[in-house]
Amino acid sequence: MTLIKVENLTVEFGTDEGRIVAVDDVSFEIEPGKVMGLVGESGSGKSVTAKALMRLNPDNASYGPRSRITLQLDSGSVDVFSLKSTRDMRIVRGGSVSMIFQEPMASFAPAITIGSQMVEQLMLHRDMTRREARELSIEMLGRVGISEAAKRFDQYAFELSGGMRQRAMIAMALSTRPKLLIADEPTTALDVTIQAQVIDLMKDLVAEFGMGIVFITHDLGVIAQTADMVAVMYLGRIVEYGPVREVIRNPAHPYTQGLLRALPDLGDLDARLTPVPGDIPSPLERPAGCVFHTRCPRFMPGRCDAAVPGMTTVKPGHTAACFAVEDALVAA
Amino acid sequence: MSGKPIIAARDLAVHFPIGGGLFGPKAIVQAVEGVSLDIPKGSFFGLVGESGSGKTTLGRALLKAAPITRGQVMFDDGEVSYDLARISRREIRDYRKRAQLIFQDPYAALSPRMTVRDIIAEPIEVMGITKTREATDRRVREIAAKCRLNLEHLRRFPHAFSGGQRQRISIARALVSSPRFVVADEAVAALDVSIQADVLNLLKELKRDLGLTILFISHDLSVVAHICDRVAVMYLGRLVETAPTRALFARPRHPYTKALLSAIPSLDPDHRSSAQKLEGEIPSPTSPPPGCKFQTRCPHAIDICRREEPRLEHSDAEHDVACHRWQELAKTLSTA
Repeated sequence: MTLIKVENLTVEFGTDEGRIVAVDDVSFEIEPGKVMGLVGESGSGKSVTAKALMRLNPDNASYGPRSRITLQLDSGSVDVFSLKSTRDMRIVRGGSVSMIFQEPMASFAPAITIGSQMVEQLMLHRDMTRREARELSIEMLGRVGISEAAKRFDQYAFELSGGMRQRAMIAMALSTRPKLLIADEPTTALDVTIQAQVIDLMKDLVAEFGMGIVFITHDLGVIAQTADMVAVMYLGRIVEYGPVREVIRNPAHPYTQGLLRALPDLGDLDARLTPVPGDIPSPLERPAGCVFHTRCPRFMPGRCDAAVPGMTTVKPGHTAACFAVEDALVAA
Repeated sequence: MSGKPIIAARDLAVHFPIGGGLFGPKAIVQAVEGVSLDIPKGSFFGLVGESGSGKTTLGRALLKAAPITRGQVMFDDGEVSYDLARISRREIRDYRKRAQLIFQDPYAALSPRMTVRDIIAEPIEVMGITKTREATDRRVREIAAKCRLNLEHLRRFPHAFSGGQRQRISIARALVSSPRFVVADEAVAALDVSIQADVLNLLKELKRDLGLTILFISHDLSVVAHICDRVAVMYLGRLVETAPTRALFARPRHPYTKALLSAIPSLDPDHRSSAQKLEGEIPSPTSPPPGCKFQTRCPHAIDICRREEPRLEHSDAEHDVACHRWQELAKTLSTA
């Protein structure tokens, strides 16, 4: 069963300097109880992809005509792009789909207590009375490891520490029992010891609630420890996709290989750090053909800069978009 | 890496008063407390810790850019020697040439209204190191080339550059006065992984070619493990452990260092960290707990830890640890 299916998602932004293609023909699926990692560097389009699932991109965003996002709910399937009114959008915003952000301070209103924000969304999305909503909120705060939950319920976001705030946000996001949780760099602003706590918490919650998660991060280590499937993004395209073990142990795409070589690994202190040559091009100057060709060690002139490589199956379930990978498979 | 250390701090403390005024007395933040530390000449010295550990403040104090409340910091580069706690205004000016800072955020650190040439030239112009414009240009070109920037780059403004290139500009600016000692505060934290390795390799080259000593402040232990030869770990303003990099990563002595290492998410999906995960968070530096500062989160804390603050002591050659129970814990771990 598929929880959410993204097909040919393309997102463009109109800016003063020109049109920017932020997400280019991206497709993936997520099953319930599974964590799908979206990994990429600045400008890879991972956050825009995630926001598209809830149609949270700003007004200057336009979606390509072939873009489709289908959400499978108990009541049937919902085409996210056909939702028109704000009222209908509530099905995906905070109802069946919840989102947690990198900076929890920005997600809580500063002048409203954490408790009233949790209660408000529960009354809206789950038809609860104020009393029921309060009880559930306090229970959820306790559930994510916040001590003295009843006291925290009446506090403001600024009164909590960073790790505590991130937990409160997770509690708030999960209290509506979403089918899908979108987590955009949820641990990036946290210290490693707190990050480890939050990762453990999220794993426990997946096991308990069985929701699907889109986990966005730039950190391959975090992906390795949390995700079941991973999509590696570069300049708006998915360049490699597959089970996390496969992609990390046998990366097929030159970009994924480069990322892994550039990453300091504690297991091998003597390994030289090899940077990926060059810089990430500006989204205003997206390279033609394969978006990675300007930095690729396996660049084939006349081919990689002329056509966009399609997804090739490396192994069942593991795909990569690269002509060199295609050639190697044909030769084998 | 022999002879006198370039930096020798003894019982260094940096305290800041905060708040106060109309309502009640001022609180004191002990940002750095009782730190004794030698930075060997020519070393790539890592300083790690989480937010609020005091690593940035310690770095600033060593540059005489944070007030030294107590203690002594000796700087000795072989040519001059200063006690930073008692340094005169005139000497500070000389010290600024010899000790420099590389900032974290290459987007915030560079003025958008100056050309790259002017950004790099500014320190030596302000310090009056070069006498003529030609001499300044020569020096700027020289250091820019070392930081892999070309002449074309010097005429442009910073907005035209990517994060990695901007960080190379920041580095050139920090090195233009030919400092002997450089503090790099989270110098790669704002960069993407594919770019980060390039800047790290550059720092390594520059250290070797220019004979620098670098204090590399970072929250990222895997980066520190790769680039530094010695590491010091801070927690709540205190130094809890210091050792050669390999020794620290192979045999961490302090329970906090162990927890920190085991918290790094492994790239191996099947590797599940078996080590104890830390509970709770770092206490506020305005109200540090009594005794060992780590006792509120330490899985091994006993009575003495709650009463007495442990001192940094030698465990073996060049490996110092501040823990009442390190010997006991080392034994149980090696027999386990």
